Amino acid sequence: MKRLMGLINLDHEHQFFNELTYFRNGASIPFGGRYRLIDFTLSNIVNTGIEEVAIFVRSKYRSLLDHLGTGEIWDLDRRNGGLFILPPDWHDPSDKSRGDLQFFHNNRDYFHRSNAEYVLISGSQFITNTDYKEAFKFHVDRGADVTLISTQVEELLPEHEPYFRVEADDLGWVRNITNDKHNPLVFTGVYIINKELLMELVDDCIAYHKDNFFVNGIAERVNGLKIQNYRYRGYSAFINSVESFYRQNMNLLSLEDYEKLFYQKYFVRTKLSNNPSVQYKKNARVNRSILANGCVIDGDIENSVLFRGVEVHTGATVKNSIIMQRCTIEEDVYLENVILDKDVHITRGQKLIGSPDKPFVVAKRQVI
Amino acid sequence: MKECIGMLLAGGEGKRLGLLTHHLAKPAVPFGGKYRIIDFTLSNCTNSSIFTVGVLTQYSPLELTKHIGNGQPWEMNRSDGGVTVLSPYTAKHGGDWYSGTADAIYQNIHFIEQYNPKYVLVMSGDHIYQMDYRKLLNQHKETKADATISVIEVPWDEASRFGILNTNDDLSIYEFEEKPENPKNNLASMGIYVFTWEVLKNYLIKDAKQRSSSHDFGKDIIPAMLNDDLKLYAYKFEGYWKDVGTIQSYWEANMDLLQENSELDFDNKNWRIYTNNSNFPPQFICDRAVVKNSIINDGCKILGGVIEQSVLFHNVEVDNDAIITQSIVHSGVKVGKNCVLDRVIVMENTTIPDGTHLVATRDEDPIVVNREILEQKSIVIGGENR
Repeated sequence: MKRLMGLINLDHEHQFFNELTYFRNGASIPFGGRYRLIDFTLSNIVNTGIEEVAIFVRSKYRSLLDHLGTGEIWDLDRRNGGLFILPPDWHDPSDKSRGDLQFFHNNRDYFHRSNAEYVLISGSQFITNTDYKEAFKFHVDRGADVTLISTQVEELLPEHEPYFRVEADDLGWVRNITNDKHNPLVFTGVYIINKELLMELVDDCIAYHKDNFFVNGIAERVNGLKIQNYRYRGYSAFINSVESFYRQNMNLLSLEDYEKLFYQKYFVRTKLSNNPSVQYKKNARVNRSILANGCVIDGDIENSVLFRGVEVHTGATVKNSIIMQRCTIEEDVYLENVILDKDVHITRGQKLIGSPDKPFVVAKRQVI
Repeated sequence: MKECIGMLLAGGEGKRLGLLTHHLAKPAVPFGGKYRIIDFTLSNCTNSSIFTVGVLTQYSPLELTKHIGNGQPWEMNRSDGGVTVLSPYTAKHGGDWYSGTADAIYQNIHFIEQYNPKYVLVMSGDHIYQMDYRKLLNQHKETKADATISVIEVPWDEASRFGILNTNDDLSIYEFEEKPENPKNNLASMGIYVFTWEVLKNYLIKDAKQRSSSHDFGKDIIPAMLNDDLKLYAYKFEGYWKDVGTIQSYWEANMDLLQENSELDFDNKNWRIYTNNSNFPPQFICDRAVVKNSIINDGCKILGGVIEQSVLFHNVEVDNDAIITQSIVHSGVKVGKNCVLDRVIVMENTTIPDGTHLVATRDEDPIVVNREILEQKSIVIGGENR
């Protein structure tokens, strides 16, 4: 069987997360009650049967390192292959590479050592629960150099703007990769490329002082490369801003969408913790909400997503909000359209209200 | 060399748990929304910094062995020590099942000797409690005892149901009485012992040669030690402790968790209960659901209905207008529309058809159902079904 290796490239991702990324990389933003964005990409890669995965990450990677650990959760704690987290650490004086090509150049060993012939490359902002087995078979069968995985978006939203659009002919051959805002065929950031070609393109990009592998190596060479378009049809979301983060969390409060993201062939994998089950006390009132283990609830929860270990005391109301891990909400607090980052403590009687389009965000570890 | 190693007796069948232990060793029975009974003892070991533990299995060990795995959830995946599952075995001289608690340890003397321990802690894997074994061990060292038995004060009128230790003022033990008719004391043995290994080893070897012996700690080893005037002390444990030996006590112990000031504290960050966690999605509570005084695990979908005073394990699905009260619902169960469950224990992966009514009255034991039972019952219930 032909082999694939994985690469999660976080270097050129557009991020508009404000407070949420003051101290963390966009890929480690908590999402959906108990996950971080990268869990989806990583789980999908592992579901594909890929046993070696590298991560290119330039900055703010402490929480990411902590989260991924040895990769054990994704069965990536392997003697051969496994998880390779590759932060920038290069001191080669002859190195002329720029942009994300620095990562490719300085980690050539990762690619050379593997006997895989193909590489699946992904970012962290395309959220879905799937595997890429079919896309890989498609890539091999079509004899393509590169296969882009795209998805047809029903309603174009601001979060789609930074992503490339794909123009393909009837046979799926890509004719153009554009920034055309009105084209609903959005490139997911996930693509499969032949490894040997990848290395050639990397050399070429470096030789011509280029600084973005996908833009310069692939998008600008649409005519010279055999690029196929593979259309992904499953439930998915793009998350790259506070607004899209809020909206996509809220979307999960429809049982149908929740099941489409979580109850598929696979369960999305994330770091495990040892929280006890959710404890509902006698004054608990919960409506249409998602709660993760470790929560202790004695207040009103409506239309909200609560991460692990959140405490909501008697008489408090949490409405249309996203409450991250280990927040404490004291008696008689009122929260509406609010995002609380981890470890926030809201003291008795406080009232915080944001608007549905601009949720009120409280940064990590604040006491209000 | 290890100062103290743990030997955890987990081979019991738990006959009085009926259906719950049909295909499962008692220590593997699910408890408290996400745990198995053995997690409490294993976590006590972890929290007491005892990381070398032998788990003695015998009855239906598959799920138990799988659950323990390499011991990683309890930080017992260690190259030096860690957790070792010890099942009965045969060797050159033959071999046999463990014929009693003492025999189980006797047959694993070579396991214990590898670590050359000064003390051995013998525990049982079927109790629910949170205990710092270091305090027990410290008392054992301070009193220079040969054996120290952990005890708990029980109400006088219940004392005749327990193994009672009769003690002097300094807590030294002069007599052990199994279920005494007229108890002289109310200190019940919790089945947790610390022995000075050299002493225990001799008694185990002697006991193994006694044909008439039942090879049991309570019935044979402890009386023999008392008979020889060894120094035996009681260690008084204060806190929650429950032997979940019957359906009723299993149900009660789960309900105890829902008490406002439950003595069991799962949320204590300094005394976590560890278990083999799985990656299930967060739970979804729909609009019309009412959830109160309950414990609900990851992966549950509550589409509607009322859940009160109940414990739901992972991936339970409750459909509209179902009413679940005072019940324990194990993982993967689906409760249909308009079902009424009161004082019911539903076992793993059972589907309860729409409109099923299962109600146990106050004076009868909680009802236990699994898939097979329900299929038979549905013929009986008939009309109420659908």
